[in-house]
Amino acid sequence: MELLLQRIIDGVGDGMIYGAIALALVLIYRVTGLVNFAQGEMAMFATFIVWWITRPDRFLGFIGDPQLRMAVGIFLGLGIGFVIGVVCERFIMRPFEKRPYIDQAMVTMGMYLGLSALAAYIFSVQPVAMESVFSAGGIPLGGANLTWSTIGLIVVFTSLSLLLRLLFTRTRFGLAMRATTNNAVSAQLSGINVKRTLMLGWGLASAVGGVAGAMLAPKLFLSPFMMQSVLLYAFAAAILGGLDSVPGAIVGGILVGLTQHLAGGYLFGSELALAAALLLILIVLLVRPQGLFGKVKVERV
Amino acid sequence: MAAILDVTNMRAGYGSIRVIHGISFHVDPGEIVVILGANGAGKTTMMKAVSGIIPAQGDITFDGTAFTRRTSTDKRAGLGIAHVPEGRGTLTDLSVIDNLRVGGYTRPRAEVAESIERWFDVFPRLRERRDQAAGSLSGGEQQMLAVARALMGKPKLVLLDEPSMGLAPLITAELFAELRKINQETGTALLVVEQNAKRALAIADRAYVISTGQLVIEGDADELASDDGVRAAYLGV
Repeated sequence: MELLLQRIIDGVGDGMIYGAIALALVLIYRVTGLVNFAQGEMAMFATFIVWWITRPDRFLGFIGDPQLRMAVGIFLGLGIGFVIGVVCERFIMRPFEKRPYIDQAMVTMGMYLGLSALAAYIFSVQPVAMESVFSAGGIPLGGANLTWSTIGLIVVFTSLSLLLRLLFTRTRFGLAMRATTNNAVSAQLSGINVKRTLMLGWGLASAVGGVAGAMLAPKLFLSPFMMQSVLLYAFAAAILGGLDSVPGAIVGGILVGLTQHLAGGYLFGSELALAAALLLILIVLLVRPQGLFGKVKVERV
Repeated sequence: MAAILDVTNMRAGYGSIRVIHGISFHVDPGEIVVILGANGAGKTTMMKAVSGIIPAQGDITFDGTAFTRRTSTDKRAGLGIAHVPEGRGTLTDLSVIDNLRVGGYTRPRAEVAESIERWFDVFPRLRERRDQAAGSLSGGEQQMLAVARALMGKPKLVLLDEPSMGLAPLITAELFAELRKINQETGTALLVVEQNAKRALAIADRAYVISTGQLVIEGDADELASDDGVRAAYLGV
C-alpha cells in the first residue's frame, strides 16, 4: 500500500515535468501549428545557463544560501528561456516560415541536434549535478514520502498552466496568438503583427521549458542528453491531452507519469515504462483522436 | 477632395508571373467603387497588392500615406484598410465573438465591446451564435461575420473580394443592401470586386472594368450599367 502510494506520488511528480515540456510543445503548436522537436533541447540549454550562473563562483555566487540562489536562478531561467526561444525563431525558423510544414519540422530536428552539440561544446559532455531549489525531505503521507520537490512542481506548473490559460483566453496577446494560428493572413489583415506574435510565442514556450528544465535537472543529472527521454514522454503527454489544450498538457503529463510508474512498477518493470506510455498514446489516438481535451475542428464552407 | 486610395501604375504578380500590368485608379472618401472583370483578369491580385499580402511596384497612397515595401499588411490595416479576402478569411476555430475581437484588434478594449454590440444589432444571427466556432456558421452567416469583422476596426476603406460568392440570391440581396446602408451611415468607402455585376453596379458610385491585368473601362456605375459593351460582357443581357 505504501509502495502504491509512493508510486502515485512519484508518478505525479515526474508527470508535472512531462506536462511542463508538453505545455511548451502545445504553446508552439497553438501559435505556429508546428511540432517543435527541439523543445527539450532548448530547455536543456536554458538549464545549462541557469546552472552556470548559479554556481558558487559565478554570477549569482554572491547569494550565500544555495536554495535562494537557485530560486533566483530559476526565475532568471524564465527570461533566459524566453531569449533562447526568440533567437531560435528569429534567426533559425523565420527564414523557413513560408516553407512546407515538413521542412520546418526538419529544421526543428536540426535545432535539436545543434543545441545538443553546442551545449556539449560550451558546457559539459559529462553529466553535472545541479542543486535543487527545494529542501530535501518532505511530508510523510500514509507511509509514503511526499517530497517538497514534488509539492513544488505541482504548485509551480499548475499555476503556470492556469496563468497561460488566462493569457490565451483573456488577453489581447492571447487573442493575437490564437488568430495567428488559425489564419495568419486574416490576422494580418486585422492589424496583428504576425511575425512578432510568432516570435513571442516561441519565447513564451521556451521560457516554460526553461523553468521545467531547471526544476528537473536536480532530480536527474544535467547533461546535453538529459531531455531525450523526457521529450518522448512530453510528446505522449501533449498528444494525450490534445495538442492544442493547455490544461490537457498538464493532465496528460500526470497520466503519462502515472502510467510510467505504475505500469513500470507492477506490469513490466521500468525498462518498458516508455513502451507503456506509447501504448497509452495509441489507445487514445484510436478512441479519441483529438486527445482528451483537444477540440474537434468543425468547418463549413 | 483628396482620394482616400490613390493607385498609380501598379504592377503585381506571383513570383515571376506578372498578373497586374500597370493599373491606376482611385477611391474617394465615402465612395463605393466596383471592379468588374472576368475570371483571371487580376481582380483578386489587385486587392492583395493594395493590402500588402503580395508585393507590388508602383505608387499606392492611402489617406495621405505613401506605401513602401516596408508597409506591412498589419500596418496597412492599422492605417485603416480592411480587406475581406476571397473565401471570407473566417477564423474558423475561434468563436464568433472572438472573430469580432480580432477585427477590433487595433482599437481600445472599451470601444471594441461597444462595436461588437452594434454589429450584433445589425446582424442578429451573429449574436445568437456568439460563442459558437465561426467555422460552424453557414456561408451566408460567415459572410456577414467577415463584413462585421472588417468593420470592427473602423476602417476608412474596405476591400471586399467577391462578397456574393457561394451565397443564395436572397442572401446576396440582403448583404448588398446592408453594405449600402453601412456605407451611408458610417461613410466608409468600399472597393468591391464582384462577379455579380448587376447587383454590384446597383449600389456603386463608380466602376472600373479590368481585363488581363489592365483597366479597360472606367465610369459612373449608372453609365456602365447601361453601356452596351459592358452589358454584353458582364451583365449577360
